[in-house]
Amino acid sequence: MNFTLKIWRQKNVAAKGELIAYDVSGISPDSSFFEMLDTLNQKLIMTGGDPVAFDHDCREGICGTCSLYINGRPHGPVKGVTTCQLHMRSFVDGDTIHIEPWRAKAFPIIRDLVVDRSALDKIIQAGGYVSVNTGGVPDANTIPIPKEKSEAAMDAAACIGCGACVAACSNAAAMLFIGAKVSHLALLPQGRVEASKRVQKMVACVDTLGFGNCSNTYACEAECPKGISVVNIARMNREFIGAKLFSEKEKVVKVSF
Amino acid sequence: MFLYSSITKKVLMALAGLFLVTFLSVHLGINLMLLKNDGGRLFTEAATFMGTNALIKVFEVVLFVGFLLHIIVGVLVSSQNKAARPSPYAVSNSSDTSLLSKYMFHTGVIVFLFLLLHFFDFYFIKIGLVAPPPGVAIHDFYSRTLLLFSTPWYSLLYIFCFIALGIHLNHAIQSAFQTLGWNHGKYMDAVKFLGSAYSLIITAGFTLVPICILFLKH
Repeated sequence: MNFTLKIWRQKNVAAKGELIAYDVSGISPDSSFFEMLDTLNQKLIMTGGDPVAFDHDCREGICGTCSLYINGRPHGPVKGVTTCQLHMRSFVDGDTIHIEPWRAKAFPIIRDLVVDRSALDKIIQAGGYVSVNTGGVPDANTIPIPKEKSEAAMDAAACIGCGACVAACSNAAAMLFIGAKVSHLALLPQGRVEASKRVQKMVACVDTLGFGNCSNTYACEAECPKGISVVNIARMNREFIGAKLFSEKEKVVKVSF
Repeated sequence: MFLYSSITKKVLMALAGLFLVTFLSVHLGINLMLLKNDGGRLFTEAATFMGTNALIKVFEVVLFVGFLLHIIVGVLVSSQNKAARPSPYAVSNSSDTSLLSKYMFHTGVIVFLFLLLHFFDFYFIKIGLVAPPPGVAIHDFYSRTLLLFSTPWYSLLYIFCFIALGIHLNHAIQSAFQTLGWNHGKYMDAVKFLGSAYSLIITAGFTLVPICILFLKH
């Protein structure tokens, strides 16, 4: 298969970027999107050009490292897969494929198609810890958890933190991401202990990082490679409103000297 | 208000919006009285009640606060949303999502401009800021309405604004439920359906009045 690629090239965060056209030919329909980019990069290296920088790691759809905004859609045209699981048979021979980085103020471009997604890590850090007992390994099933709750928590925990929700959102909001992170702990008894503090801290953190606000267009849900539902955003909103209105006041002991 | 968290701002917007939604049905009820063939007696009676009743006067203030809150937070939230993506994509987003939900700010601006026009046409006359057109008494809303709607371009503008409002409401009602955390498999489909039905009723109901006046010379 032959393709014309229009790839965003940008030297660094401060440089001005532009779309550059490249032709690739003789691509197998069974090769992955990244193998196609590898072919292009090999060609660029051999001809003394500058290879295209893009994020990838496990290449089996579970690590959340890969990104790419392909023809107006994060992770490309196939629903429920990451870019590394996308194959060239999903495109038509002779297609022009536009490849851009995730675009958000909170995700500055490092180089070409690589963006800095550490803002998502900061949100996780702001969430804090989950209390666990030290000592021996606890027996399985010592804490009763209803099946449907553990399923819902697992569905939320499937988030790989790739940032496709932010990339797809017309407001570059990270609400599906935090919704998933808040939900997967809030649904389980182990996560309930710090739940009200956690949601408040995570929301306070996201507001400082330059993400937008949720306007419920649900583009995030449509593009999430793990199929995370916007029900998790509603759950986070419930947790947040509940925490703000009903959480216990912290007792501050004043020591006077 | 600037310091409130993103969710708090959205919750305020949703609550104010839901209040405005209920107000619309009251307003629609009174508007439909225009269609009764009694020379505007029923309509004028209702308008007088709305203009003089003490409880309604209190709610008028609540209504203005609701409008202001919804508009101020809306502009604030939208400007933050715009700033969150300083450099746009070369290829615009083609995600599988409701297209019209992305134009809440635009339809909101249309409704806001209509609101200003509406104030000039009725409210400012009522409180004496603007002089009524010749031959129409200050509190004669019936003749004023007939006069406005007998102008075709005004009626068309009015219909256009209410289509924009319908589009706004279609997304707004289910969106408010989601923002307030009321999204559940049991009732979300019903909320979406009833929200769309309500917005359709509002648009159809309000536009019925100019259509009748224009085409039926009621």
